[in-house]
Amino acid sequence: MAADQDHDHGSELSEMELRVRALETILTEKGYVDPVALDAIVETYETKIGPRNGARVVAKAWVDLAFKQALLADASKAIATLGHVSRVGDHLIAVENTPQRHNMVVCTLCSCYPWEMLGLPPVWYKAAPYRSRAVKDPRGILADFGVRLPTETEIRVWDSTAETRFLVLPMRPSGTENWSEERLAEIVTRDSMIGTGLPKARP
Amino acid sequence: MNGVHDMGGMDGFGKVEVEANEPVFHHRWESRVMAMVRAFGANGGVNIDMQRFSRESIPPATYLAASYYEKWFLGLKSMLLDRKLVGADELAAGRSLHRSAPLPRGTFSLKDVERISTRGSFQRDVATKPAFKPGERVRARNINPLTHTRLPRYVRGHVGIVERINGCHVFPDSAAHGKGENPQWLYTVVFSGRDLWGDEADPSVKVSVDAFEPYLERA
Repeated sequence: MAADQDHDHGSELSEMELRVRALETILTEKGYVDPVALDAIVETYETKIGPRNGARVVAKAWVDLAFKQALLADASKAIATLGHVSRVGDHLIAVENTPQRHNMVVCTLCSCYPWEMLGLPPVWYKAAPYRSRAVKDPRGILADFGVRLPTETEIRVWDSTAETRFLVLPMRPSGTENWSEERLAEIVTRDSMIGTGLPKARP
Repeated sequence: MNGVHDMGGMDGFGKVEVEANEPVFHHRWESRVMAMVRAFGANGGVNIDMQRFSRESIPPATYLAASYYEKWFLGLKSMLLDRKLVGADELAAGRSLHRSAPLPRGTFSLKDVERISTRGSFQRDVATKPAFKPGERVRARNINPLTHTRLPRYVRGHVGIVERINGCHVFPDSAAHGKGENPQWLYTVVFSGRDLWGDEADPSVKVSVDAFEPYLERA
């Protein structure tokens, strides 16, 4: 097969690469897109927007009670006051994990995700196993991630079916009482802000 | 539409496979597809709901077999073909063969990148008042439109509790089909896992969806 032969030659382009290049050529020739602008979009998501944005918000909420309260009341508004952290669109809702309740976010219908806080979603978030099972067997999903919670803890799954977006505010690990905001931000993982993980024990 | 994209509660897809140190993109073409879709969404007169419907309309077997960005590529192609912005002959030739109408907002260029780096607002001011209030019992209607909807199948017919009112938002069921924004009140409605999945289900699970007022009736 031609495709197999392609794999034998690392420099050759895959079928998808060729098809996508052809489409970009057509859109460019028609004046629909400037490839330089496409480069800029890609660069933004490869270098500027990622889970660090969300981690800084979580760390701030852990050390600043007034900010945490504002975040839980209106996350878009609260984060907008931290101009240096990240730009954020409307309808962001922060949901707080407590000993009584653990929150988990999914989009069963497509792949809605708080891009501005966490960057582009990982493959597993957009794939069938997670989308199908998160609303029916969230503890099974947590087990896939190596997370076990007490049976009495309520598991609350937020299905992102509209333009609202959800950011989980994980619990601050014990033993971090004297840590700086910067140090705390380093233990806030992407998965802990989706609700499929917990903050790392140490940075 | 009751498509294969509406996956909540389906069985048999297996374990979640997490890739350690996953790159933002696995292939260069994925990044180009993402950028082209964003550009076309910004300047091509296609809103987010039209984009979603283009992907939901991919035939089920293809949808399940395709990677995420392959689905985006297929959806983009169908939107361009449907709007006669690109011809099938051009896709086959890999170059522009004839004149086409300009995009509604013109060429997507560097000046437009900043505009799309923050999500727009979907909330609209309206004169109407929300029909439901927090704490109220509501039933997700048993609707099965062939068109785009954001009410997942697994809650239809079930009773939940209104938890919060999220404002009045653009209605995807209208916007996806060029029928205007038709803003509707949007509620977070919480269902118990047992109501959704039966008595054998984990009693500690609660699931919420964000549901537009036309999806709900008083219970």
